[in-house]
Amino acid sequence: MESFELILPARGPFPVAALPTLRGVVASGNLEVLLEPGQTPDACAITVNTSAQGFRTIWEAVLQDFAERHPVGGLRLSINDAGATPAVVSLRLDQAFDACRSAQS
Amino acid sequence: MSGAIMNKTIKRRISYYEAEARQRVAGLVDEGSFTEFCPPDQRLTSPHLARLDAPLAFDDGVVVGRARLGGKPVFIAAQEGQFNGGSVGEVHGAKIRGLLLRAVQEKPAAVLLLVDSGGVRLHEANAGLIAISEIMRAVLAVRAVGVPVYALVGGSCGAFGGMGIVTRLCDRVLMSEEGRLGLSGPEVIETVKGVDEFDSRDRALVWRVTGGKERCALGEADRLVDDDMAAFREAVAALLLQSVAVSGESLADLRAAQARLSARAEQFAEARDGLEIWRARGFAEPKGVPMLTADEFNRQLSAKAQEEVPA
Repeated sequence: MESFELILPARGPFPVAALPTLRGVVASGNLEVLLEPGQTPDACAITVNTSAQGFRTIWEAVLQDFAERHPVGGLRLSINDAGATPAVVSLRLDQAFDACRSAQS
Repeated sequence: MSGAIMNKTIKRRISYYEAEARQRVAGLVDEGSFTEFCPPDQRLTSPHLARLDAPLAFDDGVVVGRARLGGKPVFIAAQEGQFNGGSVGEVHGAKIRGLLLRAVQEKPAAVLLLVDSGGVRLHEANAGLIAISEIMRAVLAVRAVGVPVYALVGGSCGAFGGMGIVTRLCDRVLMSEEGRLGLSGPEVIETVKGVDEFDSRDRALVWRVTGGKERCALGEADRLVDDDMAAFREAVAALLLQSVAVSGESLADLRAAQARLSARAEQFAEARDGLEIWRARGFAEPKGVPMLTADEFNRQLSAKAQEEVPA
């Protein structure tokens, strides 16, 4: 397993939403994403636990892209990954983000 | 096709088989009624998998909690078949056992076990085995205080190993044809006894032997349900409306059950395929059975059973 933490600047505060929210499952080529309120209102704290070693640069690119596309300030993301491809990771992140926003309305 | 037909609202079928554990819980219970015990943000993960440097899940592959179904309070546990085959590790097992022991105290209308598991998590060895035996004992403790336990089997991992036994300890078993129930799985039987005994790659045979239609015909499952979330929900709701007469199984009941099982083992000692069982159960066209809808299958099976009751 490879683990790392990232703090990414956010382009805006996360809208009030139903937290915590979990999406996805830890299965081959899949991952789970847990969204919780974090400590830093202007940044997004991310923890990644992945079974694929040596892909940190790609992870950072995918997560950066996610943080640029959504207002993620004050969010804490925790990821358990079992070898998902970057596209699946990106989709799952969007799905989790949408899920906790739609749950509040 | 005419516009009128095209515009008719067609109810979208949601596959129970394909759904994740959390989607199954959400699809079965009254909307917004579910409260999870030991939710993922508590991070009750497996210490054994961590020691093996294997991927963890925040819920250790099982969702437990309380909800309402048709307004009635139920406790519910849903195994996630996609995480390590729904296998029962120490934490996974403790969550199910804890739910059952809480049910002994709080006495909900029923406990629903959404089984989707190959059995013990082999990575966790004895801890997993102990966890399964604790679940078995706890199921019996819940039944002993008059709370029924219903097993739902319709996931891709089915109900095998220790979870197959747990399933058969429940008051009622609801199954889809896609769901499977057994002790040793097909691959295990083939590995141990050879391909002549059981060809695990013959998928149609695997389902004719372990699938829901076979298990219902043998009396190991009580009702066949279509692979449809709404069908599972309706079947559970119907069970909740029945007044379950909990007649503790007396010694005479157990002896009668043992006699029935012995007679069954003798009757089907030479059977190699579900087709033979369906023929013996009175299905005129056994080869057509896999194509029957759940309603049609249940109707034909119960019609035959009533014929057999001596007047």
